[in-house]
Amino acid sequence: MWTFLLRRFIYAVIAVLVISMISFAVIQLPPGDYITDMINRTRQQSGQIDPAVEQRLREAYGFNEPMHVQYVHWMSNIIFKGEYGYSFYLKRDAGEIISERMPMTVAMVLGSFVLTWAIALPLGIYAAVNKYSIFDYGASFVGFFGLAVPSFVLAIVLLYFTYKAFGKATIGLLSPEFVDEPWTLAKVWDLLTHLWVPALLAAVTGIGALTQTMRANLLDELNKPYVNTARSKGLSESRLLWKYPVRHALNPFVSTIGWLLPALISGNVIISIVLNLPTAGSQLYTALLQQDLYVAAGFILVLSALTVIGTFISDLLLAWLDPRIRLA
Amino acid sequence: MATLAPGLDTKPATEAQEASRSVEAASQWKLMWWKFRKDKLAIVGGVIVIIFYIVSLFAEFFAPHDPFVFNAQYTFAPPQPLYFFLDGRLDPFVYGLKFERDKVSLKKTWAIDYDTRIPIGLFVKGEPYTILGIIHGDTHLFGPKNPKDPFYLVGADKTGRDVLSRVVHAARISLTVGLAGVALSLVLGLIIGGVSGLVGGRVDNVIQRIIEIINSIPNIPIMLALAALVPPGTPIVQVYFLITIILALLGWTGMARVVRGRFLALREDDFILAARLDGASQYRLITKHMIPSFLSHIIASITISIPYMILSETGLSFLGVGLRPPVVSWGVMLREAQEIATVVNYPWLLWPVTFAVVFFVLAMNFLGNGLRDAADPYAN
Repeated sequence: MWTFLLRRFIYAVIAVLVISMISFAVIQLPPGDYITDMINRTRQQSGQIDPAVEQRLREAYGFNEPMHVQYVHWMSNIIFKGEYGYSFYLKRDAGEIISERMPMTVAMVLGSFVLTWAIALPLGIYAAVNKYSIFDYGASFVGFFGLAVPSFVLAIVLLYFTYKAFGKATIGLLSPEFVDEPWTLAKVWDLLTHLWVPALLAAVTGIGALTQTMRANLLDELNKPYVNTARSKGLSESRLLWKYPVRHALNPFVSTIGWLLPALISGNVIISIVLNLPTAGSQLYTALLQQDLYVAAGFILVLSALTVIGTFISDLLLAWLDPRIRLA
Repeated sequence: MATLAPGLDTKPATEAQEASRSVEAASQWKLMWWKFRKDKLAIVGGVIVIIFYIVSLFAEFFAPHDPFVFNAQYTFAPPQPLYFFLDGRLDPFVYGLKFERDKVSLKKTWAIDYDTRIPIGLFVKGEPYTILGIIHGDTHLFGPKNPKDPFYLVGADKTGRDVLSRVVHAARISLTVGLAGVALSLVLGLIIGGVSGLVGGRVDNVIQRIIEIINSIPNIPIMLALAALVPPGTPIVQVYFLITIILALLGWTGMARVVRGRFLALREDDFILAARLDGASQYRLITKHMIPSFLSHIIASITISIPYMILSETGLSFLGVGLRPPVVSWGVMLREAQEIATVVNYPWLLWPVTFAVVFFVLAMNFLGNGLRDAADPYAN
């Protein structure tokens, strides 16, 4: 078991490193950088700019170094000092911006996750048990529909109806009166009553896919001879269902965390942009459009690292659930 | 048991025997077709998908209007319901449009003008067009008999362009982006998955880890970052190809996994061993024996990834980092429907395109699932 966990841990670390390289490279790729942008803007407003000043600015921000040097510098600052660099656009510490947004983002992703399982699991089980009933077709339809309707389209449709009903279209995470308040129980409750809407929107695709997975897994199990044996021995239907087949069907279900988490985070990012929520997505979007290098790279790194950690946790869970994996 | 010598058996074969004999003799593709045929949803989905592709390919003919022609006279014109019968005879028409000024707010609103009838016909003359640079014509499948008459079946946008025609033309871009993205990811998947499955060992292990890492990265942030790289002034054709490449770069892993799995399974199969002992070269083994035997699986996974590609393009264009106007794709149209305050007054900016996206993706999913189930006709 320990070799299994160690191996998974090493993969996770390598994954985070590779992701950090990709995210840094991707954001470094475009021709020009924030300094070029800034200088162009200054030139338009006030005519000339001293090339020496430009040179000094570039040196101060380390933009003259080759890319790999900049990367190593950036990475070592994050690992050893926890510094994510500087936001040229917002003129603030990038790490601060990221850490402001992350708690809400994590809360929303967790919310999506809980909702996905809470909806997909019973739906899938019920559909499998009542195979080819009206409910089964209904559940399958929900599954297909979830896969077919992109979450951002649902978000627009939701905005459309809120606007029609209330004359304004703001879907926030907190009521206005709580926004600048310190955290109290009332505020947490307020957050929960708001959070489920965007969390559900971001979860729709996952719910669609997982309902189908759970139904298929359980159907495979229910067809096995041991179920017949148990039934012929007189086990009650509910005990028969919950004691073995569902638990068996859960194993492949747990391993879906590996792709569910990236999907949920992607969903959260896009919902966050459409609804302009105070989470990572909307900030990342602005940073990308403004070529705000450190903020964008930092967000992509942190978001991806989150999925890797989540996947690692799902590996732990799987090892705990399934001795075959533990002993392999 | 089936009789060995049918001539000696005077009894006519029962239906079941007949069926089992034809199953034994049928080719693999025939078996797949028989299995696919049983899935009614997949058939319906397949028909819808084919219709979508044909309509989008000949968009100029099927759309009643040119999607780019402005008409200042009919900005935000509402949908004109189509009537089929006039005085009990089949004579389709729509009513005209007129302005009404609200007496209190003085706001101009459109109203249906029940005094004017605009006759609608099939194969009418309209704006001239060139389909794909080859076919010239000015006949449209349907439209007003007098091309000057207003005809907005699902309404007009803020510059008086016909929304229906725009949805049809947008389909061409969105649907082909999906196809091109899948084609590219298929090439990547075949090469990388093939190497992984055929070479095996350490190479396979490294490739599998790389795939795992790519799959663990949330797609949207990376796509956003890549798409934001495309400078705003880039020519349309180039943007189109860059977007396709971005989609393929993140989408090939699923294909590679299917290909690898199939190669691994086939490598040990008896018929491959037999071919190898017969002295078939590696190239012949792969192209003549292995690929044909899992082609159906590849087709199924292509069908399953097309809607994913289409939704990704739609999402990127919707966020303003994918295709941009004047190109018209479903994502571009959804972006135009983003201003909720406008859309509430003119809901036809949102619903037709939403319907098209959802309808097509649903159909494609049903088709893909049916194909996946049929891809392995020997499995039960």
